[in-house]
Amino acid sequence: MTAMPFTSFMPFLHVATALVLAPLLPSIITRVKAIFAGRRGAPLLQPYYDIAKLLRKSAVYGDTTTWLFRMGPTVGLAAVLTALLLVPFGGSPAVLAFRGDIIVFAYVLALARAATIVAALDTGSSFEGMGASRESAFSAIMEPALILGLVAVMRKAGGGSLSTFLHPHRVETAAATTTLVIGALFVVYLAENARIPVDDPATHLELTMVHEVMVLDHSGPDLAFIHYAAALKLWVLGALIVGLAVPQPAASPWAAYALALAGIAGVAAVTGIVESTMARLRMAAVPSLLFAGSALAGVALILGLR
Amino acid sequence: MIDQRFLVDTAAGLLVLSSLAMLATSRIATGIRLVAIQGLLLGAIAFLDGHEGVTMRSIALGGGTVLLKSALFPWLLSRAQHEARVQQEPDPFVSYPFSLAGGVTALGVAVWLSDRVTLTPDIDALVVAVGLFTTFAGLLLLVTRRIALGQVLGYIVLENGIATFGLAVAEQQPLLVELGVLLDVFVAVFVMGIAIVHINHEFDHIEVDQLSALRD
Amino acid sequence: MAAMALAGSLLILAAVLAVVRPVARLRLAGSLDPAAMMAIAACAVGSAGAAYALATGADEAWRVAWAIPGGALALHVDPLAAVFLLPVLVLGGLAIPYGHEYWAGTASEDRHEAWAWFYLFLLSMALVILAANAVLFLIAWESMSVAAFFLVNHEDHDPTVRQAAWTFLIAAHLGTAFLLAMFTILGGGAPGTGAETLDFAQLRGATAGGPAAAAVVLLALAGFGTKAGLVPGHVWLPAAHPAAPSHVSAVLSGAMLKTGIYGLLRVLTLLPVLPSWTGWLLISSGLLSGLFGIVFAIAQRDLKRLLADSSIENLGVIVLGVGIGVVGVQHDAPMVAALGFSGALLHVLNHALFKGLLFLGAGSVLHATGERNLDVLGGLLKRMPWTGGLFLIGAAAIAALPPLNGFASEFLLYSAALEGVGGGDRRMAVAMLAAILGLALIGGLVAATYLRAALAFTGEPRSEAAAHAHESGPAMRTVMLILAAACVVIGLVPMLMIRALEPAVAQLARADVAVATVGAAGVLTRVTAVAAILVCFTVLLSVLRARLLAGRSVRRGPVWSTAYLAPAPSMQYSGASFVQPLTGLLSRVLGQQREGGVPPAYFPSAQRFAIETPGLFREYVFVPAFRGVRWIALNLRWMQHGRIQLYLVNIAATLLLLLVWKLGFHG
Repeated sequence: MTAMPFTSFMPFLHVATALVLAPLLPSIITRVKAIFAGRRGAPLLQPYYDIAKLLRKSAVYGDTTTWLFRMGPTVGLAAVLTALLLVPFGGSPAVLAFRGDIIVFAYVLALARAATIVAALDTGSSFEGMGASRESAFSAIMEPALILGLVAVMRKAGGGSLSTFLHPHRVETAAATTTLVIGALFVVYLAENARIPVDDPATHLELTMVHEVMVLDHSGPDLAFIHYAAALKLWVLGALIVGLAVPQPAASPWAAYALALAGIAGVAAVTGIVESTMARLRMAAVPSLLFAGSALAGVALILGLR
Repeated sequence: MIDQRFLVDTAAGLLVLSSLAMLATSRIATGIRLVAIQGLLLGAIAFLDGHEGVTMRSIALGGGTVLLKSALFPWLLSRAQHEARVQQEPDPFVSYPFSLAGGVTALGVAVWLSDRVTLTPDIDALVVAVGLFTTFAGLLLLVTRRIALGQVLGYIVLENGIATFGLAVAEQQPLLVELGVLLDVFVAVFVMGIAIVHINHEFDHIEVDQLSALRD
Repeated sequence: MAAMALAGSLLILAAVLAVVRPVARLRLAGSLDPAAMMAIAACAVGSAGAAYALATGADEAWRVAWAIPGGALALHVDPLAAVFLLPVLVLGGLAIPYGHEYWAGTASEDRHEAWAWFYLFLLSMALVILAANAVLFLIAWESMSVAAFFLVNHEDHDPTVRQAAWTFLIAAHLGTAFLLAMFTILGGGAPGTGAETLDFAQLRGATAGGPAAAAVVLLALAGFGTKAGLVPGHVWLPAAHPAAPSHVSAVLSGAMLKTGIYGLLRVLTLLPVLPSWTGWLLISSGLLSGLFGIVFAIAQRDLKRLLADSSIENLGVIVLGVGIGVVGVQHDAPMVAALGFSGALLHVLNHALFKGLLFLGAGSVLHATGERNLDVLGGLLKRMPWTGGLFLIGAAAIAALPPLNGFASEFLLYSAALEGVGGGDRRMAVAMLAAILGLALIGGLVAATYLRAALAFTGEPRSEAAAHAHESGPAMRTVMLILAAACVVIGLVPMLMIRALEPAVAQLARADVAVATVGAAGVLTRVTAVAAILVCFTVLLSVLRARLLAGRSVRRGPVWSTAYLAPAPSMQYSGASFVQPLTGLLSRVLGQQREGGVPPAYFPSAQRFAIETPGLFREYVFVPAFRGVRWIALNLRWMQHGRIQLYLVNIAATLLLLLVWKLGFHG
């Protein structure tokens, strides 16, 4: 790798960019949906206004809740921030990279989910319980998709860290494997971020809620943390897809960085298109979709084993 | 040669995805569309992977396959579906996630088996594996689907698998054999289509597992 | 070794004293009598000795000849034994004060005997691990099973408890039968090369490999697997663990199951040449038990039965780790072997800690509410803050959430599999992929299971019993606190643990694993860095939130939940509804039986709905098998006719036959 004098701060630049730009991703998705619906849509900076407003508010806590409920949003956001430090972006490695960080990444996200679920159960309400039940079931089916997909790419590319194989100088992986894994990771992206066809983030009906219903009772700064963590999760998982799908010219790290930014916005836009053109799946059919994600990863692995 | 190989591999990969999609879907209309796509892919493989290059024969074979499997069969089956007024499968014997898991396992077994088949260099190992896999997928569909239309779709997928395997492995197939096989399949699907419509008229449904008490 | 001798004699003395009434009635510290104090001292001394042996890589032996043919009082301490002694003595020692306070309110004569059996139980488990002679091993094994039987059968006024203890005894003896056959083969061999005594060091029966080694591996897996709770020998676990008193369940799950693993590992070290399929067999067996255990655990509403089925899953994961290590050894991949065995051994220790914590927590809940059924509990975190918090730490640890110890051992196993999955060796790659897939599936299901268990602590009480729960006593809380603290500490310093386990891993991998261990320790340091960063972020965010809310009103009010006006505790999600998406998917595998269904009319008056999940293997494999045996036995009843003359004829005929055979044809 041609050592450019300023590439060692690229990982930190990436983290800073993510922290600043992440809330733009949900607004890109809503803007694309609005365009499809023939509306103008909310201003692109709306999520920032929302988070700022929530940070200024006070909080109300339900009287059945305990420290578990208060811990949910903080642990959730802390976990997503930690995951952000593990993901490479735009041609430069992650801030923390070591063999096996795939597993740490997956389990840190699992910690975020578990904290949210436990906080939801703590309210003692059937609405939150419903969301918690569905979320725990879906994530159990979806874990293999994430891990297997990353292992499939790792097998072809060699190395044991996210940064080695999502890095510009990775060994050329077979196109088939990469395409299938991108498919699998996109399913994971939709499921983790509560997008159609897995979940509908825009309604509050029992029929369609998974993530939205778990956070019904949070208010004030807690809710701000939750919104921000959701935006960061869009970024983190999008960075995985971008690392596989977007070319990263080795010669110029700034070009790679710009391409990666465009890529992440592109992934958000594609999500918006998917949300506008598909309906949410029946709750009983969601496991099939998640299995399909795992199946894609499995097919990638089997084809890679030949 | 390399370019051709790449196209064939892509077609084979799409064939795998279409078979898996058939295992996962419950809607008959989607299944019929997928079978049509499989017909196109099969025609492409027949055209590209034939061991003789571009001749009248291979064009005829590829074109015939596409015509039969992408146009005629789907039309027939859509008509049968319309007559029987079924939209989707009732609960199959094996739930869809598990069918899908079974399909992926079948892919693994097919890849393993294809290693055991002794191959000469001009046989594409991937197409052999995909052929075996599509056969298994067709068998899985036949066994787990409840209504007759679902089973017909499974039969077509099975036949697609056998044809793919044959295309990859056979050195030279006499035109007569190929045409004979196509005719067989055509007759089978035609007869099944008619039978389904009649069964539906008689019993008001086409769930095969309830048709076990035919005596008179 | 001296430490062990001291510990052993103290335990024997404690057992004797426990039954001497006047001494047993003395109360020294809290609810502890002199026997208990002695036993605790014994465990402390023993654990210290074991830790020292592990740290120094000791390899001592001690032998006294014995009159029993083939037997000898041969004891041997090596790093592998030291690793397995730790769960037995540490968990056993902690269970003693817990159990005494648990039973403090209710004095009864049976308790004294139960404590004597408990100390003997600990003693026999320690002997099993230290034994270096097959006869001594089997004697200790038997006494362990017998002592456990009496402990499980403690509340014998309850027929389900009697049934569970009976099942346990039968299963234990079936397993021991396999072990007898295995030791016979190991001690055999051509005349002249067989062992004089059955000392482990002299077992030569299977050195050549081939069919003898294959038979030994299969018999070992069957026999030790039954004790360790591997499928299909697991049928006694889900019954026996809930039936036993809580501190006994903790030791059963945390220590006794591990003796099965120890036996398996010891036999593997005794065979110089392992059959090539050993690794695959272990991996498949581990995956089968892991998946089977957790699938059944999800469906349980009895808290202790859920924990018992989850133990089956954890033991499966341990065997999976051993299998990965063996595959690494057989395919010449020292890193895979080292990481696999380290992960398995660390999981042995971790499981003892967090499963012990969970069972003791369940015991506290049972003690406070009299209920084990998750569907009628709830809101216990507000009424039992310590117990609830510590239980949740244990649940987070077993669900392998960073930064606790469960994540450390799972990470080691994943690392081992990731090492082996790259590279050109396809057979190893497929085995490792199967392991990764299995671990990923199991991980998600474990999280769902323990979130179901957490329902007992969150929300509102679903019954009177839960509403009147009280916090546990000081001794119970302290013991749980120690276990939870250990979970947290090990989670934060896994690299020290892997260094500590290195001598034992080297024994198993039959190679020098120093390089691999250093590499692994380096990676684990990074993992700790991530954990530290996670904790830092959490603290920073909490401080930020506290600052933001400082001047503002922070009110409490009823839970909003879309402004539903009249929420009731019975409307909360029960355990069965919480896991319904998963159990619905797995209903055929679980063999669930439903009674009642959707109410037919719009305003139904009364409706009944019940779901039962009987054990699959028990119902469809063992019960029919035993019925078959009974049928055969009934048909052979004609042999028991009661006529003395005919019995004498039998004896005479047999004698005659033996004489003719031995003297006539061999003379």
